[in-house]
Amino acid sequence: MSESATDAAIEAVARNAYGRLVAYLAARSGDVAGAEDALSDAFGAALHRWPADGVPQKPEAWLLHAARNRLIDAARHAQVRKKSEPLLQLASEAEEVMTMHPTFPDERLKLLFVCAHPAIDLAVRTPLMLQTVLGLAAARIASAFLVSPAAMDRRLVRAKTKIREAGIPFRVPDPAEWDERVVYVLDAIYSAYTAGWESAIDEGSTHHALAGEAIALGRTLVQLMPNEPEAHGLLALMLHCEARRAARYAREGEFVPLDQQDPALWSRPTIDEAEKHLRVASAFKRMGRYQLEAAIQSIHAHRAVTGVIDWKEIALLYEGLVRLAPTIGAQVGRAVAFAESGDVSAGLIALDAIPASRTANYQPWWAARAHLLRRLGRQAEACGAFERAASLTDDSALRAYLLEHAAQ
Amino acid sequence: MKYILLVHHSKDSFEAPKDPADAAAGRAYGEALHAAGVFVAGAGLVSPQNATTVSVRDGKRQVQDGPYAETKEFLAGFVIIEVPNLDAALEWAARNPSAARTSIEVRPLGGFYFAAAPSSSAR
Repeated sequence: MSESATDAAIEAVARNAYGRLVAYLAARSGDVAGAEDALSDAFGAALHRWPADGVPQKPEAWLLHAARNRLIDAARHAQVRKKSEPLLQLASEAEEVMTMHPTFPDERLKLLFVCAHPAIDLAVRTPLMLQTVLGLAAARIASAFLVSPAAMDRRLVRAKTKIREAGIPFRVPDPAEWDERVVYVLDAIYSAYTAGWESAIDEGSTHHALAGEAIALGRTLVQLMPNEPEAHGLLALMLHCEARRAARYAREGEFVPLDQQDPALWSRPTIDEAEKHLRVASAFKRMGRYQLEAAIQSIHAHRAVTGVIDWKEIALLYEGLVRLAPTIGAQVGRAVAFAESGDVSAGLIALDAIPASRTANYQPWWAARAHLLRRLGRQAEACGAFERAASLTDDSALRAYLLEHAAQ
Repeated sequence: MKYILLVHHSKDSFEAPKDPADAAAGRAYGEALHAAGVFVAGAGLVSPQNATTVSVRDGKRQVQDGPYAETKEFLAGFVIIEVPNLDAALEWAARNPSAARTSIEVRPLGGFYFAAAPSSSAR
């Protein structure tokens, strides 16, 4: 393994252990912020020391031991004693658990459900997961979500206060509420994947500021709920998109649309991993939004083998997606699939059937419409639509691509 | 934890004649709260038109006709329940017959000023 790959592996172990400990302490104290405070120095020390000293045999025990000293220090100060004493006791209990069991209990699932609780502001669910489960710094999260670090910090503090004060329980939802609650968790993780990228014609777009972290959360989720097909579907979707990272831009940084990407540049192992999860998901015979989206990406990936894209199959999958979750993205995707499978006019009709109030500022709609208008020979309208699409993206490579088409 | 479920209604729904079916549903809800052993206190309120607002400024009592603020929605009733956590409180809020027509705000009680009241059970 290269040095950076080793460091990344060590960091993954540290984040894994950190998340488990935060979940363990927070689930018992109800106090996420307190658990994070207690562990923050120990986590920082681990990231600093483990690459040199090696990963300890019991990472959780190492972190907890380092954190304990800090808790004892804190308990000496009268003002904070009240807050840190229960945590100190919990830390002792956790150390006992560690000596008795070979692996430390994993309660991150409860923590994920708390972060994505419907009583938590939608905008802060993803940042909350990234910070509490992966130990990501607030400043890093803030830059991915394009807000100031101070503003992000305020949102996170407010959410953690609410978890404690409103009594949001650390529990795994009952079967009756499972489907509804799982969707919140899945959506929050997917939103980490898409954070910072203005979705282009398809997934072939920009920054991907937190793609790696989102995939780490997706892998954790699959471990924690191996029997939930949508968790596998979500991971498959993210991996399929991730596999194309190197093919998305040409040498000079020009944007390359998905159907023109060179499949030789796609990551085969990542596609294989995605396909594996999609197969696991389909065995449960419970279709869902993320499985459908992943299946659509799977067909695109299949071009690497067959050289063609089965647009009829894609249109069918989008049809299912529109029925399940009629988002504007699914509606635009379905229209493009109609056009690509031979009926360009039907595609345009489908695009124009979407209410204008939803399409006015939706860049992929304008780009799709522009492409279809051009294929129907309606040049002037096509140019206008390409320009409108270009004005709605903040991705300079995509903007250049759209403006180039507008000028043709 | 103790939570208050605040039921808000519009002025119109205050003035609308009471449907006997609604009253029966309300009674059944109250009985269910008692049967589950979660009920602490609760009541419906009369129309805000009959409210009087009091304040004391510079030691002088000021009395005014009407509610504290003219808003579109008014507090129409409340229930205080004692349940283990927010999820349980949300479940009871959703069972309130008014939840189908209006919104119910769920807030934890601070419990600071009245913590020593004899009726409050130990947490």
